[in-house]
Amino acid sequence: MQDSVKPNGITPSQTVGPFFKYGLTPNGEYAWNDAFTNSTLTPDVSGDRIRIEGRVFDGDGVVVPDCMLEIWQADAQGRFADPQDKRALPNASFRGFARCGTDKDGNYSFETIKPGVVPDPDGKPQAPHILVAVFARGMLRHLYTRIYFGDEAANATDPVLALVPADRRATLTAVREAGKPVYRLDLRLQGADETVFFDV
Amino acid sequence: MAGEEVRQEFGARSLAMTFIYPVDSNKAHPLPLSPDYKSSIKRAPNKPLIPMRHTLSELTGPVYGHETVREGDNDLTRQHAGEPLGERIIVHGHVLDEDGRGVANSLVEIWQANACGRYVHVRDQHPAPLDPNFTGAGRTQSDASGYYRFVTIKPGAYPWGNHHNAWRPAHIHLSVFGHSFVTRLVTQMYFPADPLFPFDPIFNSVPDEKARARMVSSFDLENTQPEWALCYRFNIVLRGKNATPMENT
Repeated sequence: MQDSVKPNGITPSQTVGPFFKYGLTPNGEYAWNDAFTNSTLTPDVSGDRIRIEGRVFDGDGVVVPDCMLEIWQADAQGRFADPQDKRALPNASFRGFARCGTDKDGNYSFETIKPGVVPDPDGKPQAPHILVAVFARGMLRHLYTRIYFGDEAANATDPVLALVPADRRATLTAVREAGKPVYRLDLRLQGADETVFFDV
Repeated sequence: MAGEEVRQEFGARSLAMTFIYPVDSNKAHPLPLSPDYKSSIKRAPNKPLIPMRHTLSELTGPVYGHETVREGDNDLTRQHAGEPLGERIIVHGHVLDEDGRGVANSLVEIWQANACGRYVHVRDQHPAPLDPNFTGAGRTQSDASGYYRFVTIKPGAYPWGNHHNAWRPAHIHLSVFGHSFVTRLVTQMYFPADPLFPFDPIFNSVPDEKARARMVSSFDLENTQPEWALCYRFNIVLRGKNATPMENT
């Protein structure tokens, strides 16, 4: 039985609260299994395997130990594992989604592959990027940001980065560690170096 | 790759016509800073969010099938050797879009306190007993019509340190995916006529009264099972409207 009345709006967001870990990111510490891990890697995935890591801070510069980050990204060919993207490879097991809770020191990390180029609505190429949703106690609604890669020349012409004041773009740009497939990006929920969040 | 080639290959425009996600719909959400909820004061951005057009990255979203959900994951009363204490309830409803159409095959995750208002989380140390037969986590997938159903126990209210004599109204946390990454929703389902509503800064962080009402389940006598469990209905409305196809006419 489906209600025939058209809804008068969407269901509002509420905070994930302080106690989500045993349900959403149990990580072997509770009597519940994880639906997701912090890795998008599958045996058949192609592309450059990378690690993205960093910490999450609040407006006082204090680490946020009860934050959850989710990522969504294209594969190395720039295709999304979603039937709405007709170009996706139907038999590929890569899903492009991962979830990570921060630890007591505010650390997060993701194991993934470097995404390919995805178009903007005008068909112009966007620089490789990963979408991030940020959830935490104290956040009544999750926020959206993006991770770009500091070693990508395409950042200079990316249409979304172009919307961001030049002096704030570094908050979206993960920096590669010399000689390692590791990128670092800290998130700051508030303050002078506040991460750029998008109104989507 | 030239712009025109990219557009044709990616099919971004035809995708955008399938669903649209008006940003105005987000006005139902709380503002990030809601000072009565003290934890929001240092965790809400000070700078305005930057508006941008939705690209294929925002319009697509994770798709998780039945392999994510195990048999029985939607029954929180059968995860341990015995039955949990408390009032057994059924919570069901539809995941819908803004036009009222069912959202099929959407993952719905829940977590909640036990009947005494105590979470199994190690950080919850308030003086109420844990229940060895209740973890308080579950998940299911909406069916082809968007319908979902859980069996659980009614969670208790619990105290928290936000202000003097602060108590959270009884609630179940829900996490829902929907069709795209911008339909992602984490919310809380409340129970009808809770006397704690006027005093709860999280519930009241939603400015519009009608929008607050959409977080409150309704008692469902028709689907209450005699001699077994009360039933509550809760529809989850995600962003998304069907755009009228215009391009090919």
